Amino acid sequence: MSYLEYNVKSTPTGLRKVLYLNWPLTLLLITVASVGFLQLYSVAGGSLSPWAEPQMKRFALGMSAMLVVAMVPIWFWRNMSVVAYLLSVVLLIAVELVGIEGKGAQRWIDVGFMRLQPSELMKITLIMLLAAYYDWLPARRTSHPFWVLVPVIMILFPTYLVLRQPDLGTSILLVTAGGGLMFLAGVHWAYFAAVIAAGVGLVTAVFESRGTPWQLIKDYQYRRIDTFLDPASDPLGAGYHITQSKIALGSGGWTGRGFMQGTQSRLNFLPEKHTDFIFTTLAEEFGFVGGISLLSVYALIILFCVASALATRDRFSSLLTLGVAITFFLFFAVNMSMVMGLAPVVGVPLPMVSYGGSAMLVLMVAFGLVQSAHIHRPRGRSR
Amino acid sequence: MKHKTKDQGHSQGKLTRRTAVMGGLQLAFVGALGLRMRHLQVDQADQFRLLAEENRINIRLIAPTRGELFDRNGKVLARNVQSYRLIIVREDAGDVDQVVANLSKLVRLDPGELEQAMVEMRRSPPFLPITLADRVTWEDLSRVAVNAPALPGITPEVGLTRVYPHGPDLAHVVGYVGPVSDYDLEKIEDPEPVLRIPRFHIGKVGLEAKEEDLLRGKAGAKRVEVNATGRVMRELDRQEGQEGADIQLTIDAELQAYTQARLKGESASAVVIDCETGDLRAIVSSPSFDPNLFVQGISVADYSRLRDDKYRPLANKSVQGVYPPGSTFKMVTALAALEAGAVSAADTVWCPGHMEISGRRFHCWKRGGHGHMDMLNSLKQSCDVYYYDVAIKVGIDRIAEVARKLGIGVRHDIPMSAVARGLAADKAWKQETYGQSWQIGDTANASIGQGYILASPLQLAVMSARIATGRKVTPRLVKSVDGVEQPNLSSEPLGLNENHLRQVRKGMFAVANDRRGTGYRSRIIEETMRMAGKSGTSQVRNITKAERAAGVISNADLPWERRDHALYVAYAPADNPKYAVAVVVEHGGGGSSAAAPIVRDVMLQALYDGTPPLEAYPTGDRDRIQAQQEELQRDQDEREISQSDRA
Repeated sequence: MSYLEYNVKSTPTGLRKVLYLNWPLTLLLITVASVGFLQLYSVAGGSLSPWAEPQMKRFALGMSAMLVVAMVPIWFWRNMSVVAYLLSVVLLIAVELVGIEGKGAQRWIDVGFMRLQPSELMKITLIMLLAAYYDWLPARRTSHPFWVLVPVIMILFPTYLVLRQPDLGTSILLVTAGGGLMFLAGVHWAYFAAVIAAGVGLVTAVFESRGTPWQLIKDYQYRRIDTFLDPASDPLGAGYHITQSKIALGSGGWTGRGFMQGTQSRLNFLPEKHTDFIFTTLAEEFGFVGGISLLSVYALIILFCVASALATRDRFSSLLTLGVAITFFLFFAVNMSMVMGLAPVVGVPLPMVSYGGSAMLVLMVAFGLVQSAHIHRPRGRSR
Repeated sequence: MKHKTKDQGHSQGKLTRRTAVMGGLQLAFVGALGLRMRHLQVDQADQFRLLAEENRINIRLIAPTRGELFDRNGKVLARNVQSYRLIIVREDAGDVDQVVANLSKLVRLDPGELEQAMVEMRRSPPFLPITLADRVTWEDLSRVAVNAPALPGITPEVGLTRVYPHGPDLAHVVGYVGPVSDYDLEKIEDPEPVLRIPRFHIGKVGLEAKEEDLLRGKAGAKRVEVNATGRVMRELDRQEGQEGADIQLTIDAELQAYTQARLKGESASAVVIDCETGDLRAIVSSPSFDPNLFVQGISVADYSRLRDDKYRPLANKSVQGVYPPGSTFKMVTALAALEAGAVSAADTVWCPGHMEISGRRFHCWKRGGHGHMDMLNSLKQSCDVYYYDVAIKVGIDRIAEVARKLGIGVRHDIPMSAVARGLAADKAWKQETYGQSWQIGDTANASIGQGYILASPLQLAVMSARIATGRKVTPRLVKSVDGVEQPNLSSEPLGLNENHLRQVRKGMFAVANDRRGTGYRSRIIEETMRMAGKSGTSQVRNITKAERAAGVISNADLPWERRDHALYVAYAPADNPKYAVAVVVEHGGGGSSAAAPIVRDVMLQALYDGTPPLEAYPTGDRDRIQAQQEELQRDQDEREISQSDRA
């Protein structure tokens, strides 16, 4: 679709755009962020510092970013897709060269005023590029091997860079989100069947390579897999995180132990309680009711995104919105699986709730794109 | 552009379908997450709640306060006093080395202790308090308090330390406490957790060790909430423990102190027993040591000095030392003979100064012989030949039986360390121990308390009390526990004929009061407190024929460790026995000269419950006694001053 087909005349202009925001989605996002503030306040022992207050500021910044991105017409973002993607790739390469190390990985680059995590940026620019690609590609060519290979390279090249940092969580997210988008775009089933088969092969290879000089992932990741498979084997060592996490969750019961009454989080038995494991503090303090509520809110966010995607005739907008929804889904699904002992601890934060600037900012920008697509969707004359 | 629109429509439809598939998958996953959450939070909630409680709740023991010890008059023998120690908390101190350096300028820190503390500190989490100096004086403490700003992280802590106000006087009776050692833990099966509290003290020897279970009490416990690193966040609740029981001894601390002072300079022991109740009024072993030295760990120099002293201050001679009782055993032989009906008191034996028994010549201590001896005279003058004669008539087994009835060769059950059984040998014993049959010469030796007869001073005192009363006087050291009077087991009759006992008592009275008695010089003048006694001198070596031919060397010419042991046993008042006393002076020479005066002095002290009037003593002795009393008083005053210094 060219820019002319957007039917510019029927698109709201100026500040009026604010009225056309996807308000339910916006409110849901504010709700989730508020849950985050509440829990960050709680895990700090009833204090705004050190986490809740900075998180609020970042959310305010994120909201502003979302609005700014939303105001800009979606066709501009579509045209920027390639540039954004390339910029992300350059930054990822920069991480490789001048990145800052932390927690056994090299993930950040210092850009003066803040530490930037290009892998976070990559999550959204990859979605943009793929959406733009399938918008551009005639539908009948979608399943042509060559035109399948192109997006595969688009996905795997940054994934490779991220995996080298190493950041297994983000790598999985990139591949899955990218693959999901290809699936939505209509790539033939057979490709996915082949990839899944290959994936099984790869997993086998990863395990087979263990202990050899060419082993594919770091020792700590192997250990995490081991303890995932049998966390009870080392309850004070590597399995400690997941064991304590499950205790916190389980001890919450139906209605939880009460706000700021969670012993597991208050007494520091929970690891990373303000970041990756923040969901357990919520589940401990508000119980099954609290946990299922947050899960429902997340599901609603996905639902509104899907509804918005299906409501537009613009292919780029649809794919982009669905891509953001997939990414968002993957975030909370992996995080929750991880804290509930269903998946290995790979270091994926709970979206909008976990303490952390980069991830939230990137998500808010992504939702800005969704909002932009919503505001600037083709109106009036129907097909 | 028509085809494109169609194409677009087609792809739009496909997108919708695929979105539906994808959405379905996502929904299914969300459902799975919800189910998992339900499984953990609802189905397994109780189990996880328990685990969470286990995580956060720790049980800490509270050391119980040890029971205190009192003498029969309520004087404190062992108590707990507050002591101060300096502890450091690493996380509050910041620069630990600097703080310790500052502290060592103010307080003398033991380098060894400091080194240990530093090692401990490196191993433990930063919030755990580590003891830097124990038993800090009040002056040091105030200096630390004044300089507090330069000593962040250092705080004084109050603890309880065991103190023995009477020092050496009761060291052997009370014993001492010390920190639990690995060796102690090994000895105890399934040790109580309280023993693992750092710096927890338990009784090591003496009554402190024997009555450990009573004195220790029960540990309390508090439940505390801890965080993941083990730091205590708050106390949830506590269960108070039970303090150790206070124990009152039968000992009279003043009499004990007097006796200890009286034995000064000798390697000796003395026991004072109440004839009526069996109460041990004093159990003294000399020389003694200061038990307070052991409480915090004795220095190597101090310890080796005590260990290498030939007078063996660490040994408790009064109950764990056994000696041939010598002539003090003659009452046993005499009683056995009377009981067996082998002799009557009036029967006489001719003493020519020796007796031939199966080809061996057994000598009387008096070379010229005593002439005709009946029982009274044989006791009074301690004629050996009389006893050789009657013992052979009676046989050793009957003698041993009477000995055991009188408490020799029987382990008396008192809560002190290594209470000796002694030995009242008979035929079966020798066969069993040496695989040899009993010889008639053995009987002769045993009859005068030599050879295979061994008794502790405690047993000799018990023997005297039993002879004096005819009842089975049983020694008792613990008077009451937490105010509950302990049973008195001394009322049972001995099962010996009263007439026979009377004959023996008559002999003992003659020993101490007849002009020709061996104990006459150490008699009591005071009519109502006359003493009955018996001296003993036991050989620690065999006198060879050659020596005897050359004339027996007098004790004074022998090296100390080859001299005879001096023994004396007595009870008084003779007509209404109140106390029995036994004294053994190791290598002291003759019983009548070395031991009898001590018995008399101690007995008077006990009877008068304090310093006796000079009138109780024979006229000739009074000057000497007065001088002695004054000297003892001076000694005691000095000691009291040094004790108040310590307190």
